[in-house]
Amino acid sequence: MTQRWTAGVIPYAEMGYWQPDYEPKPTDVLAAFRITPQPGVPPEEAGAAVAGESSTATWTVVWTDRLTAYDHYQAKCYRLDPVPGTPDQYIAYIAYAVDLFEEGSIANLTSSIIGNVFGFKALKALRLEDMRIPLHYVMTFQGPAHGIVTERETLNKFGRPLLGATVKPKLGLSARNYGRVVFEALRGGLDFTKDDENINSQPFMRWRDRFLYCSEGVNRAQAETGEIKGHYMNVTAATMEDMYERAEFVKELGSVIVMIDLTVGYTAIQSMAKWARRNGVLLHLHRAGHGTYTRQKSHGVSFRVIAKWMRLAGVDHIHAGTVVGKLEGDPNAVAGFYDTLRLDHSAADPVKGLYFDQDWGSMPGVMPVASGGIHAGQMHQLLHYLGEDVVLQFGGGTIGHPMGISAGAAANRVALEAMVKARNEGRDFFREGEDILKDAAKRSRELEVALSTWGDITFTYDSTDTPDVTPTPVSA
Amino acid sequence: MRITQGTFSYLPELTDEEIAQQIQYALDNGWPLSVEFTDDPHPRNNYWDMWGLPMFDLLDAAGVLHEVNECRRAYPEHYIRINAYDARFGRQTTALSFIVNRPAEEPGFRLDRHEAADRQVRYTTHAYAADRPAGMRYAPPA
Repeated sequence: MTQRWTAGVIPYAEMGYWQPDYEPKPTDVLAAFRITPQPGVPPEEAGAAVAGESSTATWTVVWTDRLTAYDHYQAKCYRLDPVPGTPDQYIAYIAYAVDLFEEGSIANLTSSIIGNVFGFKALKALRLEDMRIPLHYVMTFQGPAHGIVTERETLNKFGRPLLGATVKPKLGLSARNYGRVVFEALRGGLDFTKDDENINSQPFMRWRDRFLYCSEGVNRAQAETGEIKGHYMNVTAATMEDMYERAEFVKELGSVIVMIDLTVGYTAIQSMAKWARRNGVLLHLHRAGHGTYTRQKSHGVSFRVIAKWMRLAGVDHIHAGTVVGKLEGDPNAVAGFYDTLRLDHSAADPVKGLYFDQDWGSMPGVMPVASGGIHAGQMHQLLHYLGEDVVLQFGGGTIGHPMGISAGAAANRVALEAMVKARNEGRDFFREGEDILKDAAKRSRELEVALSTWGDITFTYDSTDTPDVTPTPVSA
Repeated sequence: MRITQGTFSYLPELTDEEIAQQIQYALDNGWPLSVEFTDDPHPRNNYWDMWGLPMFDLLDAAGVLHEVNECRRAYPEHYIRINAYDARFGRQTTALSFIVNRPAEEPGFRLDRHEAADRQVRYTTHAYAADRPAGMRYAPPA
């Protein structure tokens, strides 16, 4: 074996980054990486290289390591599992001492874990599949500004999924016309309407005008229904100062909720989470851009990791997949995302793609949002796959209703309440879903028309991001 | 106007049998039931009057339904709702809440607009019925 401290280049595995006997400590941050080594690179060396490059190492021996307790600070690759059916891939498990990371900082955590290492030449591809955040580190984060329970109590809505819609068309409506869509959708029966991710402050509609008209729509709908209503006002902007200015205006208007996009960055998200808790406003996060790095199975970061980071960062809502809609989402993988967001404790479950047990202590849950190509005719599937603590968002499925936006909203609400009622009565609503909807439609012309318009629409494509264990076709 | 608070307000009024099924669902989940009533249905009126304490030890759906009907007899022109409560650690909030009685006539709400500076409007949701004293708000005309 090469002398550890001889100047020059020695394999990472021989520098202590590969330690198959290492027992992870309860306080360690753990990561599971899917690695695809370059031909000729042994998997142990590749795993060790990931551990090294995401913690203390550089490409050559440096004597200054000897000024530190290096064996504490260096990450350890402690386990390697071949991926079934994919001979060139391995899952590398790596343990990091908790004090490698600044307390309460997603930016710092990610600068290590997904910093330089993803461009490393010795690997053809690298994907961060999951992380175990020890409770010790969880406790250094604020977490959701309010969480699921506070959200339900604020809205006075219990026992059913919430309903929403994104205003369409996404771009081009004037502020006055835009507010009309908000008003009609909310008065018809939705709980929320939403700015889309790319609605910020463009020439056709500036943010302040949009917020004023949407506020009129929200308040009128509240008076017409006697229910609390909300519109996710998107304050995403070029600078933090702009975002704070817009958010302050949202607060002045009395809105229950404000919105940002994932594209604003981890630090801005954490800042807005603190603002949202300080000001009693729910914080909705649209995951704009995530598909660029979450979708392909061999390279990038799994969405279950993003979900975990966003719960720590402190959002109250995050888009997390629909299973049956127009966007990517294997049922088991989506179940893993939802568990990550909602449960106090989730157990490792390879079927759901969960590699580790995760304990959140008492950190509140994040409300997942299901949005993209879903409609009232899928209500039984949505309730079955996604459960009760979720916002179901029907944009086209509300606004495109032939009888108008309010009718579209009412159709969704009738379908939802009929399905929840049937579930509570003990019916096998997943199998009998179509009958339950048809029965409900006998007393709701709005639902009848919705079913005849969209009843047969499905998006049946194979998912690319599936757990390794059992790829499950989407039944829709 | 129909106030649509509660889990099932977009469906036809539940029959007593259907109400009992929902109560049974709550009991099967270990959620005690409570009955509340009000004649102030403002969306932010959180504290409806309690029809007795939550029925922590009443595990019989018929018994809970009996309390609902007693409340209906006493307050036929009030809003009445059933709540199921989930006391589980990490939850500790209402699990299900639905209206089981409402006044024959629901006049609804007026939206008051107070024009402020910079095109802002301060909104107030005002229940027409709230102009009359509590207890007389939805009484049929004498």
